Order: sequence, then C-alpha cells, then structure tokens
Amino acid sequence: MNGWWSFVVSTMPFLWQGLLMTLFIAAVVVAISLVAGVLVGICFAYGPWWARLPLRICSDILRGTPLLVVIFTSYYLLPFIGLNLQPLPAFLAAMSAFMTAHVGEITRGAIQSIAAGQTDAGKAIGLTFGQRLVYVILPQAVRRFLPPWINSVTDAVKGSSLVSLVGIVDLMLAAQQVIGRTYEPLPIYVLAAMIYFVINYSLSSLSRSLEARYAYVRD
Amino acid sequence: MEYYLNFSLVWRHSARLWQGLALSIELAFISILIGCVIGFALAVAYTGGSRPVRWAVSSYVEFIRNVPLLLLIYLVFYGIPSAGGFSFDATESFVMTLSLYSGAYLVEVFRAGLDAIPKGAIDAGKAIGLTPWQRLIHVRFPIMLRIVLPSLSNAFISLFKDTSLASVIAVPELTYGANWIKTNTFRAVEVWIIVAPMYVVTGYVILAVLRFLERSLLRGARR
Repeated sequence: MNGWWSFVVSTMPFLWQGLLMTLFIAAVVVAISLVAGVLVGICFAYGPWWARLPLRICSDILRGTPLLVVIFTSYYLLPFIGLNLQPLPAFLAAMSAFMTAHVGEITRGAIQSIAAGQTDAGKAIGLTFGQRLVYVILPQAVRRFLPPWINSVTDAVKGSSLVSLVGIVDLMLAAQQVIGRTYEPLPIYVLAAMIYFVINYSLSSLSRSLEARYAYVRD
Repeated sequence: MEYYLNFSLVWRHSARLWQGLALSIELAFISILIGCVIGFALAVAYTGGSRPVRWAVSSYVEFIRNVPLLLLIYLVFYGIPSAGGFSFDATESFVMTLSLYSGAYLVEVFRAGLDAIPKGAIDAGKAIGLTPWQRLIHVRFPIMLRIVLPSLSNAFISLFKDTSLASVIAVPELTYGANWIKTNTFRAVEVWIIVAPMYVVTGYVILAVLRFLERSLLRGARR
C-alpha cells in the first residue's frame, strides 16, 4: 500500500495537466450542449415541421454514428467545406454537436412527459406561449430532465477521452505518455481509471440523489 | 488549392469496409451473448444475494460504467497482460472488454426485469412445488426476457457503435478499415463520407430487424 501511494504521488504531476484538459473539454462540451440541446428539444416539442425535420435528420444521424466516427468525419469534412479549425476546436465542435443531439432528445422527452392538461390550464388562464413555457412546463420538466442529463455529463467526461486519438494531451494521453517512459501500463491505467471513476461516480451519485428527491412528486 | 472528390480509390478498397462492417456486427453479437450470461448471472446473484455479494456486483457495475470504454480497452489489452506476462490477440481482448462492458450495463437491465416480474407468477410457481432453480428457469427467466427484450435491442445497437473503438488496438473492423483506406490512399473526406452513413444505416436496419423479432416473439408469448 505504501508503494502504491508513493507511485501515485510520483505520477500525479504528469497526469495533472491532462486531467485539467479532460475537465476543460467536458465543461465546454456540457455547457454548449446544454444551451443548444435545450433549444433543440423545445423545437422538437413545439416547432413547426420545417424546423423539426432538418433537426430530426441531423439528430438521428449524429446519434446513429459512433462518437469516434463523428470526430474523424468532422476532422476531415470541416476543412473540406472551408472551415480550417485547430484540432481542439474541431474536436469540441464535433463532440458538442454529438452531445447536443442527445440533450435535445432528453429535453424533448422531459417536455412531452408533462401532461397536456398543464398546457391547457395555462391557455385557460390566458398565458402566452412564452409564459406557459417559463412558468408552467419547464419548471416541471426540469425534474425529468436532470437525472438523464447528469448521466449525459458523465458520458461527456468519458467521451472526452477520445480526444487523445487526435493527439491532444488529456488524462488518457497523459497516462499513455507516462507509460511510454516507464513501460508499466497496469498501475498507470488503473490510476487513470480511478481518477475517471472518482469524477463520474460523484456525478452519478448526484443524479441518483436527485432522482430519489424527485421521486415523491406525483403527476 | 482545390480538393476534388475521388471515390474510385475508396471503391477499389471497399472490400475492407464490408468485411469491417461484418466484423463489427460479429463483435457486437458475441459480446452481447457473453454480456447476457454475465448480466443475468450477476442480476440473479444480486437480487437473491447477501450483502457482500451485492456489494461485489455493484462495485463491478459502477467501475465499468464510470470509466471510459477506451481506457478499459487499453487496460485489458496492454495493462493486464503486461503484469501477468502473457498476451492476447487484439480481437479476443476486445471481445473480452466489450463483454465485461455490456455485462455491467445488462446487470441493471436484467435486475429491473427481475424486479418487474409479477409476484403472483413466482407464488404460483411455489404453489405447484417448483424448486427455486426450476422457478428461475421456467418462471422468472421467460417472463423477464419478455420485459427486457426492447432494452436488449437498444444495448445491441449501442454495442455495435462501440465496436468502432476496437480500431485503436488494430482490430480490423469498420473504423479500422476506414482508417486503413485513409492512410493508404489519402482519400480521407471520401472514406468518412461513406463510412459514417454506413454506421447509421446499419444501425437502423438492425433496429428494424430486432423490433420485428420482438413483435413476433411477444405475439407468440401472449397466446
């Protein structure tokens, strides 16, 4: 056990920068996909067909393709259509689009799970569409939205490991660089796994406690 | 500088893509079969088990679910053999990883399925004198299977997409084939324009087939 701790202490400085990169990528992707995904989800639930159709096609293509393939495709497709991005912005754009599609579905599901009577009641007391959304639908939809959304946040942390495949030093690639020097894959992969575990397990525990907290609410 | 699309080189190597696609489906299929065995066994152990058993099962599930699949692939392919002084074939190693991975997700699915079995069905089994083992095989398993069938289809599609990660340890599946063509012909745009839709279309075809199978199975069961 003593040997393990001295190993952790000597290895962590080399993983630290990578860990920050992982957290940075996850945070950016989560922020962009939260804003864009909620808008997309509202559009799925209320938008006219000519807005829904293209979004539906994009969303289904993105969700039907593995994240790795989305990343490689956008990596080569974006310069082809005239957008020359650095590897990191290109990765952020691809992964944000991928996560937006998922958050959009979560939002749509949350909104559509609110009983139609709520909308009718809002109309009956003369609320406009915007008021119904802000005061009636969204506050109720939030509790359906939060647990799956936090799961998608852990997916973002896990998915950010794919950035190592386009050569950006995140936790995953930092671990591999240490292995390149020490030739000791097992302890370093285990250490990296434990770091990912701590981040994601805290997030999923949060999601579980939220779920338990909202479980009593009846419809 | 202008880039002209040229699909002929991709076309010339298209066999790699078809073989890769077949291997992707095969990897997902074998992994979900092994994953189902792991998942069902652990779900039964969890529902009827003592506290240490439950703790062991949930540690396995939580560990796998909270660590990136990419890291698990590296861990099994490079990490474990390096400590034990042996090595695996990349494909075998990937199937092992993906089976353990799907197993962890399917434990939850099967556990929910076992919980959703009507209590009356199990009591009926007891009443006609079935042993616990017989109840498991003849009563709980078939009822649970009907409940979890849609989730199993979704898990299979999701695993099919996850097989793309096998390319990082050079398992010659679809993404690896695409990378090979890209590296050898420099036709990167063309190859990804073709491969991304291949995943989408295959996913939808698999989904349609599985939904059809679900419907026909459930129709037979209700009679």
